[in-house]
Amino acid sequence: MQYLLLLHANEAGFTNMTPEQQKQGLAAYMAYNEALTKAGAYKGGNRLRPVSTATTVRIVDDKTQVLDGPYADSKEQLGGYYLIDVPDLDAALEWAARCPGASHGIIEVRPIWGMEDY
Amino acid sequence: MKPSTGDEQAQSAADAVARRSYGKLVAFLASRTQDVAAAEDALSEAFAAALSEWPRNGCPANPEGWLLTVARRKMIDVFRGQNRRQLVSVEIQSIADVLATAPTDTEIPDDRLAMMFACAHPALDPAIRAPMILQAVLGLDAARIASSFLTSPAAMGKRLVRAKVKIRQTAIPFRVPGHDELPARLDVVLQAIYAAFSEGWTDPGGADAVRRDLAEEAIYLARLVSELLPNEPEALGLLALLLHAESRRKARRSLNGDFIPLAQQDPSLWNADQIEEAESLLHRASTLGVIGRFQLEAAIQSAHADRCRTGKPNWAFIIQLYDGLFALSQSPVVAINRAVAIAEIHGASAGLDVLSSLEADSRLAQYQPYWAARAELLARTGAFAQARHAYEIAIGLERDEAVRRFLDARRSALPA
Repeated sequence: MQYLLLLHANEAGFTNMTPEQQKQGLAAYMAYNEALTKAGAYKGGNRLRPVSTATTVRIVDDKTQVLDGPYADSKEQLGGYYLIDVPDLDAALEWAARCPGASHGIIEVRPIWGMEDY
Repeated sequence: MKPSTGDEQAQSAADAVARRSYGKLVAFLASRTQDVAAAEDALSEAFAAALSEWPRNGCPANPEGWLLTVARRKMIDVFRGQNRRQLVSVEIQSIADVLATAPTDTEIPDDRLAMMFACAHPALDPAIRAPMILQAVLGLDAARIASSFLTSPAAMGKRLVRAKVKIRQTAIPFRVPGHDELPARLDVVLQAIYAAFSEGWTDPGGADAVRRDLAEEAIYLARLVSELLPNEPEALGLLALLLHAESRRKARRSLNGDFIPLAQQDPSLWNADQIEEAESLLHRASTLGVIGRFQLEAAIQSAHADRCRTGKPNWAFIIQLYDGLFALSQSPVVAINRAVAIAEIHGASAGLDVLSSLEADSRLAQYQPYWAARAELLARTGAFAQARHAYEIAIGLERDEAVRRFLDARRSALPA
């Protein structure tokens, strides 16, 4: 069963860190990636550029509307994701809790809607 | 087995199996497919089939196994139908294989506890956990659960469906959690059972049969959990607490339906067997060496039950237990009860001082027991005008008519 872990956090948190703290933070993510891979649970994952680089697109009256900025303007921003493959929700929640993002933000866990479920 | 002939016999045989095995059969099917709703549907079809076949061919030697065989065939049919195009036959076969793993003629494995843990999973809305357990394990329908939890059947039905869909789509596991997780997860299951009992308890007169049954069913579930996890002290504590409460059912109302507070109840009306069972459970829990909320609450009830032996409650012990409970929960409700117990030993103004220290908690402004306790203690200190005011607020906040009458009588009895 695949789950997407959506990492939400306040972007300012990272930019306000000292370079040393940033290094430690990144090292924690590297270790987490490693652990996921070793467990055979890692399917993919990326960090996202800050929401200042976000653009939204939608079709309104048959015209493409492109807007600067993220879709949801909230205190926490979507900053990255992992795609993991584990047996059940408990396993997914366990990996979410181990993710460094759970300590400085919120992780939303969503099951993937697999092709076999249509 | 002697073949039965009439519809009535088939009906009563099916009813007996339903009462005894409903939850077990749902749990068996649901824990193998993660689909509670499909398991319930298949089983209700199997019961319908039983009602049409058993009168003709006689009640089978193993009715439980018969029902399970029919239900799992129905379930496999449904999966085949749903997924005709997309689901490859290999997967249907694997579901069929999984469903076929239990022999029908011997013992069916009991997965009820695993199902309760799925129904009370922290990923589900806290308010739906108790209803989910009641429905999945006991087979109560949404309308009946709704009336117990003061919501509309339609709303309850929708929320139950949503919870079942979430269990299936997010793959919430059907299993008893491992050792490190168990205490927290078990607490959620126990709280759900306690919530079911409390809902059943809100009609203490027992006039409302649905509510009374709910309290009985909660005791059944607590008993089930404590039998399946005999070394979990909090599971034993919960059952002890529920039995202590239940033991006083007859004493809580006068013959004409008036509310009788604990202090004025006639202990000879308490159910001695239930008290005795509660005491022995609590004793067993205490030998397991881990204290918890339900054990403390049961111990408080046990100290009240001391009245049976000594003629009065053990207030000093009750205060100690409330201290422990408050340290554990920081609950303002516990703090109120502690204040009342303090008043019993150190006098009404000592109790009032403790109550006053809680005033800052805004939740209490609309909490009836706070105002009722305040009114009672104020009356004892002779502050009648303030007591009258506090009674008025308490009456306005109470939803039980008998309790309102009781509070109103207390207010009217105050000297001018």
